[in-house]
Amino acid sequence: MEIIKVENLSKKYVLRGRRKANTLRDLVTGVFRSSGKADVKEEVLWALRDVSFDVEEGETVALVGNNGAGKSTLLKILSRIVKPTIGEATLRGRTGSLLEVGTGFHQELSGRENIFLNGAVLGMKRSEIEKKFDEIVAFSELEKFLDTPIKFYSTGMYMRLAFAVAAHLEPEILMVDEVLAVGDLAFQRKCLNKMRDISQHGRTIIFVSHNMQAVTRLCSRAIWIESGRVREDAPAKDVVSNYLNSQTETSAQRIWEDTETAPGNDVARLRRVRVYDEKDDGSSAFDIRRPVFVELSYRVLRDGQTLMPSFRLYNEENVCVFTSNDLDEKWRRVPRKAGVYTSRARIPENFLAEGNFYVSVALATYEPLNYHFNERDAVAFLITDSLEGNSARGDFAGQMEGLVRPILDWETDFESERPTD
Amino acid sequence: MQSTPVIKIKPSDSWGAFDLREFWHYRELFYLLVWRDLKVRYKQTFLGVLWAVLQPGLTAFIFTIIFSRVARFETTDVPYWLFALSGFTFWTFANSSVNFASNSLVHHKELVTKIYFPRMIVPASAVGAYFIDLLLTLTVLFGGMIFYGAPLTWKILLVPVFLMFLLMITVSVSLLLAAVNVRFRDVKFILPFFLQVWLFISPVFYPTDWIPEKWRYVFALNPLTGCLDGFRHILFGTALDSVSFIISVSVAVVLLIFALTVFRRMEDDFADLL
Repeated sequence: MEIIKVENLSKKYVLRGRRKANTLRDLVTGVFRSSGKADVKEEVLWALRDVSFDVEEGETVALVGNNGAGKSTLLKILSRIVKPTIGEATLRGRTGSLLEVGTGFHQELSGRENIFLNGAVLGMKRSEIEKKFDEIVAFSELEKFLDTPIKFYSTGMYMRLAFAVAAHLEPEILMVDEVLAVGDLAFQRKCLNKMRDISQHGRTIIFVSHNMQAVTRLCSRAIWIESGRVREDAPAKDVVSNYLNSQTETSAQRIWEDTETAPGNDVARLRRVRVYDEKDDGSSAFDIRRPVFVELSYRVLRDGQTLMPSFRLYNEENVCVFTSNDLDEKWRRVPRKAGVYTSRARIPENFLAEGNFYVSVALATYEPLNYHFNERDAVAFLITDSLEGNSARGDFAGQMEGLVRPILDWETDFESERPTD
Repeated sequence: MQSTPVIKIKPSDSWGAFDLREFWHYRELFYLLVWRDLKVRYKQTFLGVLWAVLQPGLTAFIFTIIFSRVARFETTDVPYWLFALSGFTFWTFANSSVNFASNSLVHHKELVTKIYFPRMIVPASAVGAYFIDLLLTLTVLFGGMIFYGAPLTWKILLVPVFLMFLLMITVSVSLLLAAVNVRFRDVKFILPFFLQVWLFISPVFYPTDWIPEKWRYVFALNPLTGCLDGFRHILFGTALDSVSFIISVSVAVVLLIFALTVFRRMEDDFADLL
């Protein structure tokens, strides 16, 4: 049976118009004026429109979409903070919401006192907090400052305390909003690991995030909300890839229909660039454990040129991961005749890190060096690294650093039985 | 094994019943917010807990000096200072609670917009914290009575009833103003004036007999009038007009129902408005 059932949920906000007065003064003056201009045109915003979906027990579902798309409104309705205008939702189980860390914290109170306060605010019973108190303190690593008012805490300490309490919340349905956007990398890592622990205990999580890597890593499914409606509800990997494509306006395939305007010169012009894997199903998200192919197709317009295709790969931070030249002996230093050529390169599995990559492609003649085309960010694709344990990340759920993520051969020898040797 | 709670989320239904069971479910949050308010208040003031006790005492002292020389109210049975002290013990509670509670929802914006709980907990806990202060000041009042040598009768056992009466009035006004303040932000500018008027139309520092006979029932429409008269009746054995008293009690009951209904109708929109 589904643990969450959402049916035709809609939320309307009246922005302007026959909205009731906002101050008593307006209310009073409005009475005298109302006869004159009763029909101000109402301006409404549907923050959510006919949103329906079911969530099964143990699923981890991400809500993705642009700012203002309605994700947070949906989460607030499911957390019972605001009421829907139309529609209904049913939640079966104890729910907990983390729309912010440290809700209810008071600056004047000590860390110890705030643990109890924050726990109660998040819906924990006093007995429950008492039982987990030592664990919470240990997680926060703030034993020494427990009796210090938190106004003397640094931001980092504050966050640690707040998250320590939140992490020990044990609802059957957990709703998390962008909590991970705050704090440093180490803190985010801790949060993500904890979330993974929670989801592995069969609890249901609804997760709003702009961190697409976290989404593909933690969630089995994603719901893409656009202008208050569900645009796509599918496996996280597919939704994230489509969502990112819509954002960057570059996808894993690009075709230049018109030879005249395609990048290039009178020697050669670009025809098509695409990235695909063995499945070749048009997706632009690829599993880190499968090889990926980068393919360039181009028209050679003049006979007798030696040509070398190449591509460069950039990550999200615009760092060039590598440049690759076509060294195939069949065409290297061999003059080509006019016609259509397709060159492809294979990027091995377990090589790239996860995240978004942008491919720039070029075609050059050497001696003297001359680029016929050099197209920046021609296509983009996404590498996902799920948590199944057989990629380079092993059992680690957090943010892994590095431009590449190879699986290396490791060996460990047992040297001695005495650790002091 | 606990049964799984099922939560139904529906559009707001303004006429839904007030869910006291849910308030009970969240009682720990209520206690903690009361405790927090007290703790923070006493930490921030130099005199701490003493201040709670001193405030009504000092006010009564000042009024005693002024009115025993200038206006001269006829307070039968008890000296004016004791009379005024009893009045200001109740008034300080009502005044501080309403003052604090009416801004409480706006003040706790971060709670209301981030977490679900019965919204009534916020103004109720503001009143609750001052109720603890009230209990402390009562000891001063009783101390004053013993000092003066006022006869203590069995009627003193009725004190809790009048505390509840006072609480009922204060909660009603607090809920109303807290809810209205979310909607109309200029309530806070009108509030000091409202409280001042309320003080002057209540027999806090003057006895009810001072009100002209023909106006007695009109003044009884202010529930605090009946509450104070009744309280003094059981403490000092002063006269109590039963018709006036019944009017005050009835108004208080109607006011409470009205306040709960208004709060219930408005609470669904709090998070959207804040």
